[in-house]
Amino acid sequence: MTSMVGAAVVRKEDPNLLTGRGTYVDNLRLPGMLHLAFVRSSEAHAEIRGIDTTAAAAAPGVVGVFTARDLPELPPMPTAVPGLERPSLARDRVRFVGEPVAVVVAQDRYLAADAVAQVAVDYDPLPPVPDVETALAEGAPLLFPEHGSNVYLEIPLSQDVTAELAAAPRRSRLRLVNQRCAPVPMEPFGVVADWGPKVLTVWASCQSAHFVRGQLSKLLGIPYRGIRVIAPDVGGGFGAKQSWYPEYVVAALLSRRLGRPIKAVETRSENLVAMTHGRAQVQDVEVGFDDTGRILALQVMVTQDAGGYPADAVGLPMLTMAMSAGCYRIPAVATGCRVVATTTTPVGAYRGAGRPEAAYLIERVVDVVSRETGIDPIEVRRRNFLSPDSFPHTTHLGFVYDSGDYDKALRRLLEMIDYEELRREQAARREDPRQPLMGIGFSTFVEMGGVGPSAMMEGLGMLGGWESARARVNPDGTVTIAVGTSPHGQGHETAFAQIAADVLSLPVDRIEVVHGDTDVVQEGIGTFGSRSIAVGGEAVRLASLRAREKAVRVAAHLLEAAPEDVEVSDGRLFVRGSPDRGLSWEEVANKAYRPTQLGDLEPGIEVTAFYEPRLTTCPSGAHCCVVGVDRETGRVTIERYVGVDDCGVVINPLTARGQVMGGVAQGIAQALYEQVSYGENGQPLTSTLAEYLVPSAAEMPRFELDHVETPTPVNPLGAKGLGESGATAAPQAVVNAVIDALSPLGVRDLQMPLTPERVWRAIQAATSGGVA
Amino acid sequence: MIPAPFEYARPQALEEAVSLLVHHGDEAKLLAGGHSLLPLMKLRVATPSLLIDIGRLSDLRYIRDGGDHVAIGALARHHDLETSALLEREAPLLRHAAGFVGDPQVRHRGTIGGCLAHADPAADLPAVVVALEAIVVAYGPRGERAIPARDFFRSMFGSALAPDEVLVEVRVPKVGDRRWAFQKFNRRSIDWAIVGVAAVESDGGVNIALVNMGPTPIRALETEAALRRGASPSEASALADRGTEPLSDLNASAEYRRHLARVLVRRSLEQIRG
Amino acid sequence: MRIALTVNGRPEEVEVEPRLLLVHLLRDHLGLTGTNVGCDSTSCGACTVLLDGQSVKSCTVLAVQADGAEVTTIEGLSGTAGGLHPLQAAFQRHHALQCGYCTPGMVMAAASLLAEHPSPTEEEVRRGLEGNLCRCTGYQGIVDAILEVARARGGVER
Repeated sequence: MTSMVGAAVVRKEDPNLLTGRGTYVDNLRLPGMLHLAFVRSSEAHAEIRGIDTTAAAAAPGVVGVFTARDLPELPPMPTAVPGLERPSLARDRVRFVGEPVAVVVAQDRYLAADAVAQVAVDYDPLPPVPDVETALAEGAPLLFPEHGSNVYLEIPLSQDVTAELAAAPRRSRLRLVNQRCAPVPMEPFGVVADWGPKVLTVWASCQSAHFVRGQLSKLLGIPYRGIRVIAPDVGGGFGAKQSWYPEYVVAALLSRRLGRPIKAVETRSENLVAMTHGRAQVQDVEVGFDDTGRILALQVMVTQDAGGYPADAVGLPMLTMAMSAGCYRIPAVATGCRVVATTTTPVGAYRGAGRPEAAYLIERVVDVVSRETGIDPIEVRRRNFLSPDSFPHTTHLGFVYDSGDYDKALRRLLEMIDYEELRREQAARREDPRQPLMGIGFSTFVEMGGVGPSAMMEGLGMLGGWESARARVNPDGTVTIAVGTSPHGQGHETAFAQIAADVLSLPVDRIEVVHGDTDVVQEGIGTFGSRSIAVGGEAVRLASLRAREKAVRVAAHLLEAAPEDVEVSDGRLFVRGSPDRGLSWEEVANKAYRPTQLGDLEPGIEVTAFYEPRLTTCPSGAHCCVVGVDRETGRVTIERYVGVDDCGVVINPLTARGQVMGGVAQGIAQALYEQVSYGENGQPLTSTLAEYLVPSAAEMPRFELDHVETPTPVNPLGAKGLGESGATAAPQAVVNAVIDALSPLGVRDLQMPLTPERVWRAIQAATSGGVA
Repeated sequence: MIPAPFEYARPQALEEAVSLLVHHGDEAKLLAGGHSLLPLMKLRVATPSLLIDIGRLSDLRYIRDGGDHVAIGALARHHDLETSALLEREAPLLRHAAGFVGDPQVRHRGTIGGCLAHADPAADLPAVVVALEAIVVAYGPRGERAIPARDFFRSMFGSALAPDEVLVEVRVPKVGDRRWAFQKFNRRSIDWAIVGVAAVESDGGVNIALVNMGPTPIRALETEAALRRGASPSEASALADRGTEPLSDLNASAEYRRHLARVLVRRSLEQIRG
Repeated sequence: MRIALTVNGRPEEVEVEPRLLLVHLLRDHLGLTGTNVGCDSTSCGACTVLLDGQSVKSCTVLAVQADGAEVTTIEGLSGTAGGLHPLQAAFQRHHALQCGYCTPGMVMAAASLLAEHPSPTEEEVRRGLEGNLCRCTGYQGIVDAILEVARARGGVER
């Protein structure tokens, strides 16, 4: 039987999704269900003097209007800084536009919207703190006066590299902005909560049904057995649906209070202010290097804008710091961070969660080194790469890279782009003033996948970093695998079936993968941090192996042979050397449940595996972007985008490519189009998809992709994970390309997003004698 | 996402629509394709108490040969314009520009009448009809009125239509033999123009109308005059932002808009001159 | 107000308020939850259906405007003998969907695109999808699926 691992199997998920049979939360209709809508703060920073709900409560179809005072049992949101609490409904103070202040429950969403408009909130405005500069200024208004400053967390530089920087023959300084982005999953967030007589059931558009149950249990003070969480089809997550949202406890408690199921689904306008934002980092970087392009010292101070309440962003800079040296051997590295409060939407994980920020900074640094020494950017990278025999490699903060061969991906990339020809073309086009300026940009990146060892994950607030799978061989020979990961587009039902199919020697369509239901699936951790294949896949492999072992023991008994003499192949179990002396898988499966035929063997084939990864894996790759820049308007066009990824062993090349393309698209979007903007008063300026520019197919280039494989030693599958690689690779490939295009004009630096106007101004500044 | 409640009327004939307008005044808005009005209502920025749905008045949906002009019924959709062989022959600038309004779904619903009446200076067709020196025909209780396009756009979102008038037709002079250019500069192809240019040869010169350089479409009159004096595209286009009042907003500063106007006008003229 | 329309070939009569959006008529009143809502600014196209054969964003059409019309939703797009429509099959082959939320709207937009442009270039396909956002796929699989269907129908790729 040909191996299923590595096969481009089309997805089992697709027929339902293609024919309108998706089960997203908003499709749910329960008898007696009511609709919840939040009244949200219109102020960035204010005290709440009073909330008048009388008109709203009397509006048609309204069942109730509630404030924090009406719901004393409402627990607060989890916080990353003990003592700095965010209530699930604002009580005395609001700290960002969009913060929920009251909640309306009505017969339908139309009436709920009308009632929301009738709630009158009396705000006593406080001075807004719209950005980090304002937050850190002398005498800044404090979001949490009792805290004494607007710094949620500060980690001083990990070491002192002043001497190494001073001793370096060359030095350079950069200030890099990794602008605030909105994740914009196509499905906004939503839940349905039904607090019944015995069980609270919550359907949630989330990235881990089990994580949600655990949080609900803790926050509501009810045992696990009293809660069932179901993640139905989830329309994208990108890390932001791993954040905690007020809907969870508000909908649950209102369902209990009113005795009705409650649906809470946000609109896109709400989503753009309520869903955690991503990135929002500034990095102050100093690099010391020599004339041969060797990087000798690196110092990075990360300033993370975390928003109005300390959420997951508080932990992200540590991931950035850990990965700051990228693919390179840098003898002296110092990193530090401070995490700052601003009166804006809280920031959380967004595809890559701290690692794209690191890849961006180090790849920009490498290009600076290239430009200042005059050494080709490929050559600079090669001179600094960690060599293939460096692994496992421990970085300056103790994080371990498991494996990698960075030059392997780079060699394949250079083949694909015909680098010398590209440079020739660039030189020719530079001579012709009618031609757009051509730029070539590279990004050799490494990032974290398969997160992660439980010690690390507990530090991030998780139960652990393991993952679980349960394999049940049904009496008809089909196999059901329940896995603790919780997909939102990744195609686990197909990829995990492929892994199991190889172990069990069965066709993929005889294996059903289930996930996302705490009543059906054993305790699990969930889907984020590119972990599902590397950790979940390994759990699936282990569980399948154990199921196969049991099947073999059953077959051995029935065939009166020793288990070690029984082979499993092509849906049959037989004695080695005598394939006609065997049984079909279906027969074995069925007999496994018939003790009368099993002797002393325990009946049944149902086994569980919990797999703990001993290390995070490190997917990597080499990407290249070729751009054309219109000299007069500054418009950037992507002429080519080429990427080579190394995620170790690829389970399904079709879905692996899909993950890379989607991630690259988000990375290109960050480089050229997207930015969450706030006005001076803390008012969001990008509050619909007409202002927040998510690109369409018309803006995206074709991607040319390939992969190389350096299997990871961390798991027997050899898989590293891939989900966040594209987003980690792309932004700097684009930015480096544009700077490359403009460097003959004297442009040295550009910040994302590279809007036409920004590029035009840089050209103007450089060509009029200034240096941009 | 959800509009505020409103009353709805679907008149069977134009006269009925007019009387409803007369009766309800400011409180009523006409609904044609709805793709300018409904987005505003869904965000509750617009809250008319009555919508008068004229979208079904099929008598107002046509593109016809009017002799020396093409007569376009107000309810002709952008898609109708984009695919009109008659327009391709007689006013290709308009046919081409209609294909850049919004996206295909928007073009299936949005109408030329609705677009012009909405008078958004960031929209493409107002500048196009100004460049083409079209006539906008209004109908109201006082009868029919023919308004030259240059007089039709009064202010940002303010047209020359009286509150009790319906835009019924657009008459576009036949210019099939004149060279033209259309430049729409935006971030994404679905976006409104940051700056746009609609240009078409006229008797002795070129008409150039700018999109999003002021509260209404603006003719680049100084550029046009310079061309008549024999200036080159470079020389003439350097004057393209004279008399404009571009805004600074999230998409672009006024300074950049001025620069774009000059560049895009020059490119339009180079295209026309060949 | 009482309206009568045909949805996926079935006549429907519904009592609606004037402000009811067509997408909510389909989802909440007729139980056709295949069509999704992705935004509130007529930007994303997740709600795309066919109205009298042409693609429209059903979030920006009032149900009352669809009175007397024929509406086709993703549920009404089936292939021969009730199987997958060629576009749906091509989407699967080319991995043109991941989370699936934009997919119904994307498929309907693609159907309308091919009806109007039977032999599109890649650029025409991309521009034809400018009104449909996808956050998962990066669009390439979608574009390839549509080009394949066009070729199979005998359209010649220019």
